[in-house]
Amino acid sequence: MTQQKTYALPNTTTPGSNVIFNPAKCNGCNHCVEVCQCDVYIPNPVKGKPPVILHPDECWYCGCCVNDCPRPGAVYFNWPVQQRAYWMDKKTGKILRDSQT
Amino acid sequence: MTRWHDFIEKDGKAPAWPYPIHYDKEQEIETDILVIGGGIAGCWAAIAAARNGAKVAIAEKGDVSRSGAGGPGCDHWCNVPANPLSNVDPDEWASAMANMPYCNGIGIQIQCREDWDTLVEMEDMGGKIRDTKDEYVGAKGRDTKSKIMISPRYTRNVSFGPDAADRRKFKSNPQDKLNNTVIRVWGTTFKAALKKECKKLGVKIFDRVMITSLLTEKGVQGARVVGATGLNGRTGEFMIFKSKASIVATAGDWSLYLLNTELAGYNTFRSRTITGDGNAMAFKAGAELTLMERTGDMHLATGFKHTWYGGAGDASYENVPIVDAKGKRLPWPTQGWEDGGAMRPSQKDMEKILAGLKSGQYQLPFFGDFPAMKDIERSATWDLMLGEESTTKNITDSYERAGFNPSKHLLMNFSLIEGNTPTQWRTAGGGGPMVDWNLKTTLDGLYVAGENTFAAGDHSYAAATGRYAGRKAAAYTKQVAQGVVSKQQINQEKKRVYAPIKRTSGIDWKELHAGIAKAMQYFCSEYKTDLLLNMGLDALKEIEEVHVPRLYALDPHKLMRAVEDLSLLTHGRIIINAALARKTSSRMLNHFRIDYPQLDPPEWDKYLTIKLANDKVKIGSKPQRYFGDMVKNYEKYNKDYTGVYKRK
Repeated sequence: MTQQKTYALPNTTTPGSNVIFNPAKCNGCNHCVEVCQCDVYIPNPVKGKPPVILHPDECWYCGCCVNDCPRPGAVYFNWPVQQRAYWMDKKTGKILRDSQT
Repeated sequence: MTRWHDFIEKDGKAPAWPYPIHYDKEQEIETDILVIGGGIAGCWAAIAAARNGAKVAIAEKGDVSRSGAGGPGCDHWCNVPANPLSNVDPDEWASAMANMPYCNGIGIQIQCREDWDTLVEMEDMGGKIRDTKDEYVGAKGRDTKSKIMISPRYTRNVSFGPDAADRRKFKSNPQDKLNNTVIRVWGTTFKAALKKECKKLGVKIFDRVMITSLLTEKGVQGARVVGATGLNGRTGEFMIFKSKASIVATAGDWSLYLLNTELAGYNTFRSRTITGDGNAMAFKAGAELTLMERTGDMHLATGFKHTWYGGAGDASYENVPIVDAKGKRLPWPTQGWEDGGAMRPSQKDMEKILAGLKSGQYQLPFFGDFPAMKDIERSATWDLMLGEESTTKNITDSYERAGFNPSKHLLMNFSLIEGNTPTQWRTAGGGGPMVDWNLKTTLDGLYVAGENTFAAGDHSYAAATGRYAGRKAAAYTKQVAQGVVSKQQINQEKKRVYAPIKRTSGIDWKELHAGIAKAMQYFCSEYKTDLLLNMGLDALKEIEEVHVPRLYALDPHKLMRAVEDLSLLTHGRIIINAALARKTSSRMLNHFRIDYPQLDPPEWDKYLTIKLANDKVKIGSKPQRYFGDMVKNYEKYNKDYTGVYKRK
């Protein structure tokens, strides 16, 4: 395990990451920064990189950042664990859940 | 490197604020009309005003391309009885809708007469309102010729309650055909088209700008509104708008009684940006407000409960049968064709369900049985409705990515297994400035639209009343010159707005918001008495005198949030004062007084009004149906309007 410097940081907010960016697809166009109603994001200081999630606690999951992303798959929602859906398979009766990570 | 603390761990420092800081810098804008709030009502107001020859500016806290409750999308264009497939006369429909106390008959009449015209204009701008790609051929309600898709909602009654299935007779529909007054639409296409149209018409858009106060002629409370002040939430720049007229379209206030950003983010079914600013600034300017004592119960999406649409059947999931854990059908409405779009079971059915649970006839949890639906109906619900409704597309997308397939899976419903909402959790929307047939307030130069017109906040209502207010305000600006703003009023406001950045410690906006919400929960909710309400006023006064002077903000964004808190504080004060003034109980207003338990006695059958005069609260009243004969007055005030209805 690589030894990293440990900082004294406060607890992160919950949710701490309302979305997940895929750096392989996101080209840092910042369209999501612009359409967000609440300024949850700010542009990354490094041009071309995914935005910084600055205010995840202000996200109301309106979906505009994900829905309007010009590069589908570059950003997707990361529902807080307590907000995940349950469903039942009609054929087997098995209860399933949104277990995405 | 997308989380804030990633930067600390990598560089040992936080990222720098990405926007230039312009605290204290002033920008002055002169325009004919200032639209306050660039949501659905605001955009339509701006477009209508510009089309009527006015020079228009919009100030919006987010970005106009997606801002407002209807920004993400919309699945139903409600109450559009003038549409070509409707079987009911628009005036008769309006009269049925307004057949209840404390409604805004003016807004209702406007919606019913002009909603179809508005929707057609939406289509002209690039919004999709028909199944042009033939994706839903065979779905019930789809008209083959026009490709318009009628929704099951309101097909038998003007209701989505348990009585939605009860046939309501309309003289204009003697054969009892389905009413056909609600249209399914592709609302995700709307907002971007509205912004494009605004730009095309030369509307000046000021995104990320919060309007903090209205400016009155010579700074006098109650005088004509001649402009407004604003704050840029990215740069901190101070904005001064000088306008012949202003249109407030900032909607209601969904988080006055609740702040919980933990657990699920800021989720109250509306964004944080909707904080009662419009009502607060209109009140401070001297406008008369009404129905401020009315509150709604917060049933959803607070973070303590599942988000709206997080489970089948508890929201607008049309035509989905609700079954128990063993697949047995429940007497629960489907919100569909068979029950006229009813969203809730009747009391009798609910009793049957509860008895069935105790006897073992039914088992929890319940599920929405999507696989039991016909393929085309399932697709119309899952792909069209939920794909186009505000805030739900990301839910259906997430579920599908996680493996949910509506043709194979039943979605769990949260009814009964999730606790009920405490009655202290409320929404403060419902009241707003008193309006006349021009949607003008009691102040010259000040108009309102959408949810601000003491009305429901549905998308089509916002659009139709926005369009109307824009038209009327434009006509006004042709008759008047610019007014005189007061430098003293501007300087006072500047001092108020910037106070939190002059401090480096104290309390932040979240703590203050939660403090205000708690005072409202304790003193102005389920249990209302003069003593409690007066304690509430004292509590808000204490917050104002002790804690507001401790409010600090680290950057322009948090400064804007802090100033929003001050709107909440004013909004809370108005609501408590109005609740104190109505010394009786009222079912329609969700206003129950322990010390005045009599329910809706005739002597209180009136609108109470509240305003500030010389900074003192003044209470007045207006009779029910003060707006007079809806048809006659609509026609009197709209002689030149050429809409679809008149051509019939």
